[in-house]
Amino acid sequence: MDMPKTEAQLAALIKQAHADKTPLRIRGGGTRTDLGRPAQPADVLSTQGLSGITLYDPGALTMIAQAGTSMAEIETALAAENQMLAFEPIDYRGLLGSTGEPSIGGTVATNISGPRRMLVGACRDFVMGVRFVTGEGDIVKSGGRVMKNVTGLDLSKLQCGAYGGLGVLTEVSMKVMPKPQAAMTLVFEGFTVEQGLALLRKALGTPFELAGAAFLPGATSRTCLRIEGLKTQVDYRTKNLTALSSGLSKIVTGGEHDALWKSIRDVVPFHGSNKPVWRLSVKPSAAADIAAALETALGAEAFFDWGGGLIWLQTPDATAEIAQQIRAEIAPHGGYATLIRGSVQQRAALDVFQPQAPRLAKISQQLRDQFDPAGVLNPSLMAA
Amino acid sequence: MSTIAMPVPDSDTLGRRDEIIDALEAAVPGAVISDPVETRAYECDALTAYRCPPLAVVLPCKTEEVAAAMKVCFDLGVRVVPRGAGTSLAGGSLPTADSIILGTARLTDVLEIDYDNRFIRVQTGVTNLSVTGAVEDDGFFYAPDPSSQLACAIAGNIAMNSGGAHCLKYGVTTNNLIGVKIVMTDGEIVEVGGPHLDASGLDILGIICGSEGQLGIVIEATLKILPKPEGARPVLIGYDDAEVAGQCVANIIKSGVLPVAIEYMDRPCIRVVENFAKAGYPDCEALLIVEVEGSEAEIADQLTIIKDIAAALNPVELREAQSADESAAIWKGRKSAFGAMGQINDYMCLDGTVPLSELPFTLKRIGELSKEHEMDVANVFHAGDGNMHPLILFDANQPGDLERAEAFGADILKLCVQVGGCLTGEHGVGIEKRDLMTDQYSAEDLEAQMRVKDVFDPQWLLNPAKVFPLQVSAARRG
Ligand SMILES: Cc1cc2nc3c(=O)[nH]c(=O)nc-3n(C[C@H](O)[C@H](O)[C@H](O)COP(=O)(O)OP(=O)(O)OC[C@H]3O[C@@H](n4cnc5c(N)ncnc54)[C@H](O)[C@@H]3O)c2cc1C
Repeated sequence: MDMPKTEAQLAALIKQAHADKTPLRIRGGGTRTDLGRPAQPADVLSTQGLSGITLYDPGALTMIAQAGTSMAEIETALAAENQMLAFEPIDYRGLLGSTGEPSIGGTVATNISGPRRMLVGACRDFVMGVRFVTGEGDIVKSGGRVMKNVTGLDLSKLQCGAYGGLGVLTEVSMKVMPKPQAAMTLVFEGFTVEQGLALLRKALGTPFELAGAAFLPGATSRTCLRIEGLKTQVDYRTKNLTALSSGLSKIVTGGEHDALWKSIRDVVPFHGSNKPVWRLSVKPSAAADIAAALETALGAEAFFDWGGGLIWLQTPDATAEIAQQIRAEIAPHGGYATLIRGSVQQRAALDVFQPQAPRLAKISQQLRDQFDPAGVLNPSLMAA
Repeated sequence: MSTIAMPVPDSDTLGRRDEIIDALEAAVPGAVISDPVETRAYECDALTAYRCPPLAVVLPCKTEEVAAAMKVCFDLGVRVVPRGAGTSLAGGSLPTADSIILGTARLTDVLEIDYDNRFIRVQTGVTNLSVTGAVEDDGFFYAPDPSSQLACAIAGNIAMNSGGAHCLKYGVTTNNLIGVKIVMTDGEIVEVGGPHLDASGLDILGIICGSEGQLGIVIEATLKILPKPEGARPVLIGYDDAEVAGQCVANIIKSGVLPVAIEYMDRPCIRVVENFAKAGYPDCEALLIVEVEGSEAEIADQLTIIKDIAAALNPVELREAQSADESAAIWKGRKSAFGAMGQINDYMCLDGTVPLSELPFTLKRIGELSKEHEMDVANVFHAGDGNMHPLILFDANQPGDLERAEAFGADILKLCVQVGGCLTGEHGVGIEKRDLMTDQYSAEDLEAQMRVKDVFDPQWLLNPAKVFPLQVSAARRG
């Protein structure tokens, strides 16, 4: 395993790999190694040698960190100033059974955001700039350390969610946010999926800025509305949101509240099993139907985040045919499904990422060819 | 004459003018304007110092017509300048003599409004304000609100990734755009994103937004709409020291209150505005307008926190609006700032962004540069996110003044880059900042950006001579 200590060393390594056409498997904290199509044999290139917070300016809500910096280090530094990464990055260790410490570079490269995403935006909306090394070993920067920046093409966005295929991130510049002064969750119990999701959509149409909207099925289902803000705001909003439904509700606060959202964020309901888990991004009003159809057809289990816009789906098995069935169910409404947890065999046998329309797929491939002409950066992780 | 160079028009294309116009007319009957008197209307955008009538103008009414026109241009190797409403301040939609303008002016349908999923789908020729207009009776709005919102089109907003006063809280266009339909240079129609969140593969939507018409013609957009807040109220804070005002902004941002807007005006601006609008502003070094939203109780609570922060720094004025009229009065000056400036002077509006912590230094340095260049400057800008709008005052009838203003402007923008910021926060590069790009980006940085363009527009037909420095892009432009 190579673990360069500087960006220049990393660039030199990639230049060599490009010349030799040797594929590289890029690794941050190694907690997401099992995401995507199974890796071909390749040298591992670790970013963990590039570690440390380069700049933290709480008054400007700005943090710049080297890509290998652990999320733990970042979150500790932010907590000391009562700030946070507002998009709530997922910790995949429990779901994927991986170990190690997730890195900020891996978080940005996978662009996966938690429950607060539907209010504040995704990881990509908080990335103000990146530095990366292309597949030819060129060092490139995009954006910077200011939120408003339209200078040239936004390569930072393109890097978010590229899974390293367009370059190895070496440094990221993030917008951070103050932690809310107060937070609580209003839980309505016993609704059906349709009732629960309808209430969430209704609540999301109010000015009360829901910071979380999840539905957890079960013997007693829970429809969860997270409310954040100043103390007065939270009280006022809770009162108004309670009045949206005649259903019985209770208020969850403190440790129980934090645990609830961490469990939704990290997909805890599906921990401790090897069954395949899919992440479906859909039009919220279509979520109940999609999930019901897949429960019937596949014996799947589901729970819902983002007011229904995000379905976490666990299926007894994962085959190309099952992937096809899931995607066919989503297709009429728009959206996509990604296999997040699957065995090597399962991930090899089907499209982990939703296949794109032909021209989009071509554009994506052409972009990869431009940034990594020899195909050395995480080859075939996203597409064959 | 002004200083920004444009490439020599392609004589071969100019020689084929009639053939090109005939082909376009055959492909999109009734949509082509070729009379030189009529095409003059398209010779510039809001950067009016630069003008050039295009070869012809095409104003399609339907998606298929956009595709057909693009196909003709692609086959004949003709350059295309996409145009929304032509309000770009950066020369983003400035034609070249050898290009056709492809305008979205007739693509103005609202295609779908979905309150349940909180989005609206529109053709991109609709104006920014009409998007909010389509949903506001039902209690919703579209958040990005450039001051030009009455005129500018969603097409241009997407191309420039436009912002506005409220983007401190709600973000700029890219944060509110969830899908587009684009026509590629070769005429193929491609859909990206939609009512669901985030991309499955590469974030193509993210690269299209803010690409200044370099990658394709954006003809449809799916935009997030938000429930309208219950109320909003501003507070006016005056300081006699720019540094203290900067500190106040940072303290507010850090406090956890999330204002929708923090606007800043300096003394030269306050004086002009006060003369013009009689808003009752104090004569001080720095004026802040901070606005918060919510219910009555929520507003009161947030303003208490903000007033405490402000008061701790000894303001010369601290005034909370007590009524709708007083709110309007506080905003009146700010909203009329550009108009007031225009009454007394020609001005050039810059748009660099700086890190918040560098605001006081940048303002001081702009003051010094103003003396060096012997030109006046007034500052009015979005302070919450460091997006400055220095207005350089000059006299367009005075030979040489525009060139001097441009030189002064270039120095200010270089300063923004030096302190860790960027050349443009919301207006875009266009032709205006094109040749300054090398101050912010290395050759490798620009090469990476140009490779993205190579994918979408291999022949470099779209929006020629914008964004990329002429020298750097020479080989590709052919
Ligand atoms: C008085 C005034 C105030 C302003 N205030 C603000 C402000 O507060 N915030 C702000 O951000 N901006 C502001 N602007 C700048 C300007 O209004 C914005 O850049 C706006 O988004 C441009 O929209 P437009 O439709 O006029 O675009 P145009 O000027 O027509 O075009 C702008 C760019 O978009 C490209 N383009 C147009 N249509 C398409 C398409 N269909 N597909 C692909 N590319 C396309 C053009 O080629 C060009 O590069 C202001 C301008 C004025 C004159």
